[in-house]
Amino acid sequence: MSGTAASAPAALIADITARRGAFEATAAFHVVAGRPLALVGPNGAGKTTVLNVLAGHLAIERGSILLDGRDVAGLAPEARRIGVVFQDFLVFPHLTVADNVAYGIRMRGARRAAARAAALPWLERFDLADFGDRYPHELSGGQAQRVALSRALAAEPDALLLDEPMASLDVEVRDEVRADLARHLREFSGPTVIVTHSAADVAALASEVVVLEAGAVTQRGTWAQLREAPATPYVTRLVQTRENSRRENSRRENERTQARVVNPQPHQGE
Amino acid sequence: MPDSAPPSATRSAPRNAPRRAPQSAPRSAHRRGPAVVVWVIAALALALLVLPLFAILLSAPWARMPVLLVAPETLQALGLSVLTAVISTVLCLVLGIPLAVVLARSVAWPVVPRRLLRAAVTIPLVLPPVVGGLALLLLLGRNGILGRLLAVAGITIPFTTGAVVIAQTFVAMPFLVFAVEGALRGADRRVELAAASLGASPIQVFRTVTIPLVAPGVAAGAVLCFARALGEFGATITFAGSYPGVTRTLPIASYLASQNDLSQSIALALVLLVVSVAVLLGLRDRWLPGVRG
Repeated sequence: MSGTAASAPAALIADITARRGAFEATAAFHVVAGRPLALVGPNGAGKTTVLNVLAGHLAIERGSILLDGRDVAGLAPEARRIGVVFQDFLVFPHLTVADNVAYGIRMRGARRAAARAAALPWLERFDLADFGDRYPHELSGGQAQRVALSRALAAEPDALLLDEPMASLDVEVRDEVRADLARHLREFSGPTVIVTHSAADVAALASEVVVLEAGAVTQRGTWAQLREAPATPYVTRLVQTRENSRRENSRRENERTQARVVNPQPHQGE
Repeated sequence: MPDSAPPSATRSAPRNAPRRAPQSAPRSAHRRGPAVVVWVIAALALALLVLPLFAILLSAPWARMPVLLVAPETLQALGLSVLTAVISTVLCLVLGIPLAVVLARSVAWPVVPRRLLRAAVTIPLVLPPVVGGLALLLLLGRNGILGRLLAVAGITIPFTTGAVVIAQTFVAMPFLVFAVEGALRGADRRVELAAASLGASPIQVFRTVTIPLVAPGVAAGAVLCFARALGEFGATITFAGSYPGVTRTLPIASYLASQNDLSQSIALALVLLVVSVAVLLGLRDRWLPGVRG
């Protein structure tokens, strides 16, 4: 997908200062293809502001955004080739699922029929082939997320940004959708940045972590490194919530296993 | 204004009552809806709106209707009315959609220019149409500020079919602008960002996302605009006069006929009424102002 030599993986190198009113956020990071980066932090830390600057929806205050060697910081969003999956997905409500996925292909000059044909493999890859003629209001949250993701990927972006990808989904389906998302992200060949405040997202989706607090980077590393040596109280809490939920999950798993061992034929006698 | 006890009582009762207390009496009173006084006044208002229309239907010279409707003057006025109202509606769409976009964006402006812009768009709604017609005459008339320049170029606007179209566009524009602006504000503008991230240029975003999202508002605005243009009288007769076949639209023809042949006037009015009802049916509930579905 990227124009660089096969030897060097596609990279996104950002050194950004973003401003929103009186608030300023500064973040520098380096993302390579195949190692998704999670931008984590408490509410109001400036994560989404940084993401909006990367996407071009907010003008950069200072700095640069190098995508495969070209500085895209001064380019309009449509010229950056950076795909975005928004928190509430922002699927086009007036277009069918198929036309949503075909949108980016059409905008590059393909005719409607050709764009639809080119979108078909994407629909199939994201288990949306049966929903091609549906409208977004007929979809579940998980399906809408798949439409948003396949729509972004079908436009063949050089990099991908995801803003709180799980936040607008029902809690019950999050684990399943997250596993699905992790699989799709592994198949994407460009640098990926995921904004989240969820430890579960970080652990499942990201290889690298950058922690943003009150507009500044407070820690960076892998999830394992953060767990070993959390640098701030926020990171400590983040790591703990993850450990707690893991312990809770494994305790439940153990109980289920024990129940099966104790009562190997649970339906007997019912 | 009746500051009667019942409405205020229904308003204050639930507020004072503890939320979980099973006070069934005041709650059911609240649920019963408006008091009798309100129903009676509402019925009066409705009668004022609807009864005159029945009067037209009852007084219509049904036996002579076929003859009156195919009379050359009727057909001429009807043709002129439909033609000018269609052109005015198209003009309102072409000029009004960009104005609605600017108006919707103006929420980010400082207070003074924002209010001035909104006031300017509202002018035709509050200005008596005759005053509007006079104002157009003073601007575009032979001795008008712009009219003098146009006259040099050999262009005369007043008392032409073009003047009818300008007068109708003037009075109908706010209906289109406000309908489209409401739709623009109701739509989630962030989908435009999504479109841009997928490679759509600003013009492509406008064409493929913005316009489809506001299409219901545009349709509603266009229908209201057409209805207003079709019924235009005051500005038209002041600015364009009443020349048969050139500027004598249906409302003007109906008014003139009422001076000597009432049944002819009623026949023309019925034609306007039928078109208006058709417009109303075309609008349906979800497009009417104040109703969002």
